[in-house]
Amino acid sequence: MANMINLKINNIPVSVPEGSTVLDAARKAGVVIPTLCYLKDVNCVGSCRMCLVEATGARGLVAACVYPAAEGMEVQTNTEKVRKSRRMTLELMLSKHKKECLACERAGNCELQRLSIEYNCDPNYFASDDTRHPIDVSAPYVVRDRDKCINCMRCVAACNKQAVGAIGAIGRGYNAHVGSAFEMDLMSSVCVGCGQCVVACPVGALKERTTVDEVWKAISDPSKKVVFFTAPSVRATLGEAFGLPVGTNVEGKMVAAIRRLGNVEVFNMDFTADLTIMEEAAELINRIQTGGTMPMFTSCCPGWVKFVEQKYPEMIPHLSTCKSPQEMFGGVLKTYYCEKHGIDPKDLYVVSVIPCTAKKYETTRPEMGGEVDTALTTRELARMIKTAGLDFNSLPEEAFDDPFAACSGGGTIFGASGGVMEAALRVAAKMLDGAFEVVDFKEVRGTQPIKEATYKVAGKEIKVAVASGLTNAKEIIEGIKNGTRHYDFVEIMACPGGCVNGGGQPTLPDSIRNSLDLKSLRAEALYKSDKKNTYRRSDETPVIKTIYDEYFGTPNSEKAHKVLHTHYHEDKRI
Amino acid sequence: MEQCEAKCGTAEQEKALSALIEASRSTPGCLMHILQEAQGIYGYLPMSVQKKIAEGLGISLSEVYGVVTFYSQFSLKPKGKNRISVCLGTACYVKGSDKILEEVEKELGIKCGECTEDGLFSIDSCRCVGACGLAPVMMIGEEVYGRLTPDKVKGILDSYKEATK
Repeated sequence: MANMINLKINNIPVSVPEGSTVLDAARKAGVVIPTLCYLKDVNCVGSCRMCLVEATGARGLVAACVYPAAEGMEVQTNTEKVRKSRRMTLELMLSKHKKECLACERAGNCELQRLSIEYNCDPNYFASDDTRHPIDVSAPYVVRDRDKCINCMRCVAACNKQAVGAIGAIGRGYNAHVGSAFEMDLMSSVCVGCGQCVVACPVGALKERTTVDEVWKAISDPSKKVVFFTAPSVRATLGEAFGLPVGTNVEGKMVAAIRRLGNVEVFNMDFTADLTIMEEAAELINRIQTGGTMPMFTSCCPGWVKFVEQKYPEMIPHLSTCKSPQEMFGGVLKTYYCEKHGIDPKDLYVVSVIPCTAKKYETTRPEMGGEVDTALTTRELARMIKTAGLDFNSLPEEAFDDPFAACSGGGTIFGASGGVMEAALRVAAKMLDGAFEVVDFKEVRGTQPIKEATYKVAGKEIKVAVASGLTNAKEIIEGIKNGTRHYDFVEIMACPGGCVNGGGQPTLPDSIRNSLDLKSLRAEALYKSDKKNTYRRSDETPVIKTIYDEYFGTPNSEKAHKVLHTHYHEDKRI
Repeated sequence: MEQCEAKCGTAEQEKALSALIEASRSTPGCLMHILQEAQGIYGYLPMSVQKKIAEGLGISLSEVYGVVTFYSQFSLKPKGKNRISVCLGTACYVKGSDKILEEVEKELGIKCGECTEDGLFSIDSCRCVGACGLAPVMMIGEEVYGRLTPDKVKGILDSYKEATK
């Protein structure tokens, strides 16, 4: 056990392991110290000066988030000197901040606003700098407003932690700001659209490029039939936007809420997760049996796909040709569904609800043919529910619409890192060995950065790896390239922990992010749902059986290739 | 902004840059050194050079650019054959060197920090060249011009233009 250090926070004695910071000790003592730039595991640099405290033995005030706790230390977190310093820090930030708080979508959920109220700040104490810069709307997924940025660098740290580095600190002193190299816009930079910067931002400087108005317009258009489908992880996070505890599965209320937005149908994207598995498992077996490019990489994460196209284009042949579940659903709806119901595809308006900003970009990729008309983040759906005046928490629980309602648990766990792998293994193993009945592949579950396992199926060893977070994806790729890592099948999700921690999920303040394991709690909701499901394997569900019987024939058939598969483009960027 | 996307400089310069990166890349904290040397090779740090450094060191372009824009010694724009440096230090400034700078900018049609299209002149400002007795002062290359008045600027610049004809 680590050596323990005894100290006092506001006269409260507390014991913490050696290596802890004053902030850790304060949390243990039940004392809240305000932070802004600090984000556990992402940004620990002590630059914003919000967490300054008085500590014995220190010259001046020290930053609690990085200052090491020491034996016998006495810390005061709420003195006149500390309060004055924090207020001035905030007022300096406010002097440059574009104070459009009346209609800023982060109002009420803005860390700067909350602290400014708590510290009784005068937003105009220092003369305002009203120099304004253009808002970067170059990307169809994320919008960046430099004038709301407070230079906390959480977005830069999040981007670097993704091994992307699309944004960084530029210039120095008063003119220092966050931006891309050579002031490039986001779309021209190496950005992959994962949106980890958005969920890291404490203010309204980064947000998704919203298409809520377009969706409302389609809903009110009598010539359009509007259908929604929701990604697996949205049900595990939407409740957070309505004050429910992290990890609450709100599937039933979510369906009820969308249904009350207007005359719309609500489908379950778990269906195309199942469909992806059917196609991907067949592709994997085909590659194994015909000596195709190995290992095969999953392709359901558009941030990951963009990362490969831009940073490792030589690895493109490893990507599965399967479209993502979002685009498969678009394809199925605009072909099979329209044909079956006699709808002209141009009258069908398809809205996907996703935990992701990169999926917004994916809908605009030319090879996807615009089959998904638009994609909304979990946050945007929450906003629409509020606009519609729905009291989310008192809604009844309702079921998804047919004909895509009955999905497997394998489809549901797509939302968590390891879920795609597990769902694929369930089906691939069964395809290779009809007597194979195992459905739990626990080795690939969990939030570890890289998970590896070897399974023996039909006398053959299958080596798999699962990574989430692009830094870990990079490690896997480098390992494959230099011959130190050998696998048959690799699942990658761009966001750490997978879609449950996606860039389109509800923005939670640092106070929650720094104390809860969001990834595990949200994933747990999906695994619980999987366990309860009658169907665990994707091939078992009646929906999958019907669609192959009625339309696609067999996985990887010519028709399936036309509707459910795609190709990628080299787009090397530095 | 000088983008110089495709190819900047000569084959010799590119070779020197590659050798520089190769020799320094394993040294931790080598970025500053490489940037200084690269600026020595090219005279400035265009995008193509920064990209090559980022790729060579396995770091992001935004990190390289962040360092380049942090230090005023690094330039994103090419420098002229004749580098003009107008002193804006205290003594020169009270003696009206801001008017000298204005005149140089007007005469060459570029702003401080820029380079003329023909590559003949670039203008920068500096803080004290140690010739306060001659204030206001400007330097062109290694040459110091003191006790300047705005009306003397044109003649001095013309002499450099003549010299290159």
